[in-house]
Amino acid sequence: MNPKVINVVIGGLGGQGVIRASDVLADAAVRAGFDVKKSELHGMSQRGGSVSSDVRFGPQVLSPMVPAGEADFLVILAEDQVETNRHVLKPGGDLLTPSQIPLDKLPVKKGLNVALLGKLSLKLPQIAPEHWRAALKACFPEKLHASNEKTFALGRGE
Amino acid sequence: MPATENTQRILISGDEAVSLAALHSGVALGAGYPGTPSTEILETFAERGGRAQWCPNEKVALEVAIGASFAGARAIATMKHVGLNVAADPLFTVAYTGVSGALIIISADDPGLASSQNEQDNRRYAVAAGVPMFEPADSQEAYDFLREAVAFSEKWKTPVLFRVTTRVCHAKTLVTPRPPDPAVPAPAYTKDIRSRVMVPAFAKPAHLRLRKTLADIAAWNNTSALNRLIPGGKSLGIIASGIAFAHAREAAPSASFLKLGLTHPLPEQLITDFVKSVDRAIVIEEGDPFLADAIRALGLNVESKPPMFRFGELNVNRVRRILANDTSPEPLPPPGKPPGLCEGCGHRAVFETLRDLGCVVSGDIGCYTLGVLPPFGAVDTCVCMGASIGVALGMRHVLPPEKSAKIVSVIGDSTFMHSGLTGLVEMIYNPPQNGHTVIILDNSTTAMTGHQENPGTGRNLLHDPTGRVVFENLIRGLGINDVHIIDPRPGDPALGELITSCLGNGRLNVIIARRPCILAAARIREYDRRNAARAAATCPCEHTPDTQP
Repeated sequence: MNPKVINVVIGGLGGQGVIRASDVLADAAVRAGFDVKKSELHGMSQRGGSVSSDVRFGPQVLSPMVPAGEADFLVILAEDQVETNRHVLKPGGDLLTPSQIPLDKLPVKKGLNVALLGKLSLKLPQIAPEHWRAALKACFPEKLHASNEKTFALGRGE
Repeated sequence: MPATENTQRILISGDEAVSLAALHSGVALGAGYPGTPSTEILETFAERGGRAQWCPNEKVALEVAIGASFAGARAIATMKHVGLNVAADPLFTVAYTGVSGALIIISADDPGLASSQNEQDNRRYAVAAGVPMFEPADSQEAYDFLREAVAFSEKWKTPVLFRVTTRVCHAKTLVTPRPPDPAVPAPAYTKDIRSRVMVPAFAKPAHLRLRKTLADIAAWNNTSALNRLIPGGKSLGIIASGIAFAHAREAAPSASFLKLGLTHPLPEQLITDFVKSVDRAIVIEEGDPFLADAIRALGLNVESKPPMFRFGELNVNRVRRILANDTSPEPLPPPGKPPGLCEGCGHRAVFETLRDLGCVVSGDIGCYTLGVLPPFGAVDTCVCMGASIGVALGMRHVLPPEKSAKIVSVIGDSTFMHSGLTGLVEMIYNPPQNGHTVIILDNSTTAMTGHQENPGTGRNLLHDPTGRVVFENLIRGLGINDVHIIDPRPGDPALGELITSCLGNGRLNVIIARRPCILAAARIREYDRRNAARAAATCPCEHTPDTQP
């Protein structure tokens, strides 16, 4: 294991925006100058089943998959998917779940993924907030940019 | 994520990297059939301005690509691993004919069966057909190798099998593109009967030429830049290709590596020298022991993975186990939530009805294979694209009438276009004594792979209007008179009544259960609106193409 590589796994159910969230994180990490790899399974997962996506960044990333037991962060979008994914987390790794977000304050119902990214961003000081905001703009259509700003800030507790 | 097309590094999937390389290499035509994990190659090629098309199936796609190559243009054919089974017929003989313009056949394998009916290792096809094979390990290599493959194909006048896997296709890694090829030869056909007409008199010398070319490539491969030596410790030497290389580098950072990029024909001298340079040599590869068997056949002492690692994908932890020769049982990850038919999906009503009628359902490949899961449990067989019809007919032929009376075939619209027609012809030609009923689940899209068009939708890859195969006209034209079209509405008894009447009439019946995919319906309406508006703008006097008969 390369200790300089940060491993993030984002998990949830098909249709929740798991893959989009991992796209944003990966894009932000590229903007911050890191080597980045990201991997997930497509296909069957689109039909409401479990989905998870791995994002790794650091000076040099080799495998695109986070080895089980080595995730620094596990970000879960559906509470019932915590146990499905917990095995990827390293001992002492950080688990982020919807319960840590004031869901009633989400500007849009589907914004949970962006809110959790806001929460995650607080724990990743090596990616500056402007990289996150640029990545959010690059990965979402323009009509969502304003609400994403608010949702991201909500996740950051701002 | 919008990828800029300059020479800065961009984070893209292997599929996108292949399409970008194809564009930069002047590929004139991409042809394929959708299939995870290959689908995005042609989609992103077309988005970037390349000419791409979905074909009825992989065989036709490869034939179209062969034609483009014979005419001097550069062409790619894309498919998932099982698609190459369908395209195997042209594959084996285009190896004999050779090519004019570059011909790259992209096979996207699915080790671990993320979304497939088997986990076959298509590297075997390279050997069986006698076609050189490239195996990239990440998006940068997917880009670089595709561009190399184009030059290689034209240099050696051979098709290239470009073998990628799920984690190469769908993983996103950084790519620095190169400037596009400056001059791509314009397509031109040169008559060359002896090379292009594979009658025995011409095919015999063609086979000799093929083996000579492969021998020359094998020698050339010993010094090819497609393979890389990464010096490390002498105690452990790892031979790897494709995604397994990335896992192995992480699992054993201090080992020496021979990373193979052109894996058929193998660089025998290079491998021999490497194996002899280390104390312990081991092959790390996903799927079959393809490299290990070939290297052992050279008389070299290399280790292969224990048999348990033939199944499923590799990852860093599994490679660590292989290196430690640890064959203790692997921890099983907790089962996730399985996928299911969407709420509001038209297929649900069909499978509920078939379940309640106690039908034996000969199923097929698509979203609707999920009809096998609870609460339906209403798929009894699923083998390959189109098999629903032939398999059901075979069952009806041998079972006594009272046991076969409730057998039905269920096939989706895209699968019907892919491989269902010959099944229907068989049904007419060799009808079961008590008739048969085929249900076409027409959701007006190729849903499972992400809503691609097919010949039944009347829209092309870019969702623009094109010729449409009207199923009911086609089927009646074949000579089947009992063709019924029904909207499978939830709770509507009409569907059950129709199926019951078909199963009881002793004739050949086709039921078209037509309801647009719930996930695609809004998009389909939008395409139709857009296309109608365009047609009205270009020629207000003409009617727009019918979308319903």
